[in-house]
Amino acid sequence: MDYTVLLLAIPFLMFLLLGLVGQKLGPKMAGILGTAGLSVVTVLAYYVAYSYFLNKGLTLNGVLESAVNGDGSWKALTSFNFTWLDLSNANRPDLRIEIGMLFDPISVMMLVVITTVSLMVHIYSIGYMHGEEGFERYYSILSLFSFAMLGLVVATNIFQMYIFWELVGVSSFLLIGFYYKKPSAVKAAKKAFIVTRFADMFFLVGILILSYYTKTFSFEQINGDHAALVHTTMGGLTFMGCSVTAIALTLIFLGGAGKSAMFPFQIWLPDAMEGPTPSSALIHAATMVVAGVYLVARLFPVYFFEATSVLTFIAYVGAFTSLFAALIACTQTDIKRVLAFSTISQIAYMMVALGVSGYASAHEAGLGFTASMWHLFTHAMFKALLFMCAGAIIHAVHSNEMDDMGNMRKYLPITHWTFLIACFAIAGIPPFSGFFSKDEILTAAFESNMIIYVCQAFVAGLTAFYMFRLYFRIFWYNEPTFHHTPHEAPKSMTIPLIVLAAFTCVGGFIPFSEFITAESIGYEIEMNTTIATISVVVALIGIAIATFMYKKQNEWPDKVTAIFKNFYVWAYHRFYIDEVYLFITNKIIFGIICTFIAWFDRHIIDGFMNLLAWTTNLVSDETKEVQSGSVQQYAWVFIMGVVTIVALALYL
Amino acid sequence: MNVPVEFYLVLSTLLFFIGVYGFIVRKNLIGILMSIELILNAVNINFVVFNRFLFPEKLEGYMYGLFVIIVAAAETAVAIAIIINVYRNMKNIDVDSIKELKN
Repeated sequence: MDYTVLLLAIPFLMFLLLGLVGQKLGPKMAGILGTAGLSVVTVLAYYVAYSYFLNKGLTLNGVLESAVNGDGSWKALTSFNFTWLDLSNANRPDLRIEIGMLFDPISVMMLVVITTVSLMVHIYSIGYMHGEEGFERYYSILSLFSFAMLGLVVATNIFQMYIFWELVGVSSFLLIGFYYKKPSAVKAAKKAFIVTRFADMFFLVGILILSYYTKTFSFEQINGDHAALVHTTMGGLTFMGCSVTAIALTLIFLGGAGKSAMFPFQIWLPDAMEGPTPSSALIHAATMVVAGVYLVARLFPVYFFEATSVLTFIAYVGAFTSLFAALIACTQTDIKRVLAFSTISQIAYMMVALGVSGYASAHEAGLGFTASMWHLFTHAMFKALLFMCAGAIIHAVHSNEMDDMGNMRKYLPITHWTFLIACFAIAGIPPFSGFFSKDEILTAAFESNMIIYVCQAFVAGLTAFYMFRLYFRIFWYNEPTFHHTPHEAPKSMTIPLIVLAAFTCVGGFIPFSEFITAESIGYEIEMNTTIATISVVVALIGIAIATFMYKKQNEWPDKVTAIFKNFYVWAYHRFYIDEVYLFITNKIIFGIICTFIAWFDRHIIDGFMNLLAWTTNLVSDETKEVQSGSVQQYAWVFIMGVVTIVALALYL
Repeated sequence: MNVPVEFYLVLSTLLFFIGVYGFIVRKNLIGILMSIELILNAVNINFVVFNRFLFPEKLEGYMYGLFVIIVAAAETAVAIAIIINVYRNMKNIDVDSIKELKN
């Protein structure tokens, strides 16, 4: 154990400190302390990333360990790994739950993403949450979240990941329900928690199946040597005609789908926007929702070598979700909801990339994996930026609705420019980061599956369209009557915007394929010019349509809506998936199954218990006269008893 | 004059059942106490009679008889003390009225 443990310890101690004595410290002190703590963590994370990727060596426990193997591949380093819960016995000698820290390319990359976005959110929140009731509580939950998310990505074993997975779930719940006096926030928090928890149940079952056969939780042992352990222990086993490995991995993916809001678990994410905007930027855009992608990437060798069919399934689920969410995003009017659906769509992109990826470290084979992680990185930056801009806008006009906005570019110049950069990035316009990562995803899809490629290219166009629809509706369009003149956000809010915009500008030039590949060996990416051209053209078409329809108020949006009238209504209501869920839970589960169970409980189970009680009561009522308390009566009974016994003894 | 043993036993049986009858029927605490004394005396007669007729050369029966008289005296002293206290608290010594500890 050495300095790396501080990555987890500082946010956790901050959580305890701010949670327990935050009220005494006061909001100002709590904000400064939380931000300072996270700054230290950020510096540490950058130091780790710098030594790992650039110095190719990490000092752990006082020893400089090389981060590169003999064959040039990246090495996974463990700073500590202690047994947290020892459940071993004679039958299961390996059953122990460990907690540790693993450093390998993807976890180090995630450390950078999480700490960067989290620090920006901490700084931003000082301005955004200023004067809010429960400011200290907000900061303590942010610290809890940072702790849980960092613990999740450095997990050395799948069970540790599951523990921290639930912790991020609970901090997400707490932040969505931050304005707990608002019934809609309470409802959204419950919804998010129940839906993700429901998916986590599959995750747990998947873990148990996988670990039952492999007898280990450790990622290193499960993934090692092209998932040889899984192959020897589970290969060939079938259950009801399906491969057991495929079942376990599908269940694990479903857990990831819950957190990452893949279809059909996407319903919680749009409602999660009830939370404070900066926490949405951190949790529901940049970090927690990509945990599902990270999970699949973590177990990628197992998926690739042992269950290719599941990987294909993931690709199709991702492709469908991205299209589905993009269509809904085109119709929403609440700016945070648009961004929420855009997040779902972009995470689905990452899932697609993993689904179509190969394994070998060569261009076109293992491209999907690299592209997925790269998109995760760039998306975290520009989506957090978009959310924070949305926060600045909401801060200025006190409304989430597009109708209350318009022509705001002269009131919020910094927000305007940073928002525009983020829009270009997400639309995939070079040289912004999103172009590069999205282009690699499209190339990977093109190499592997034409249907998915066409779908994703279309979604890229839709993305450009809805993002610029949002952009023009907020910053151009007709000026509505403001309650008061909108003003630019304070410095604490604009500086994070500028920093993230800088990341968005340069994120595309990081040679990601050198660092992060499925096989851990770096390689060169060559840009496929045809695909790059197609995606840029598609994006430009999307932008052009959005410009035409939304730059000035005109009749075209209404006309287009009229043409697709039914479809528009469906998409506006999110294709009624929420209603389907409500129907299933209320009508079928509560209405039919539960009614029967309740009847059985009330009449059979309770009835049996009542019968027992009633009988006892009756018997005691009848017999209580015996205990009169009168000594003479007792004596009478006693003597008659003696007489009887004597008589019997004498005459029988 | 030699009184047969049956006479003594009939006497003690009568005495015993009179005592039992009194114990069950009397409501007055003093009466109950007196009934208990009758029972004890019936037992005493039996001790003495059986000693006299079965083991004339031994003394255990007589000794037990004396012992019972001593115990009965002590018991009477305690019982009278209790009855006096009951009377002070309840202003009567009817056995049915002593229900303070019930419920």
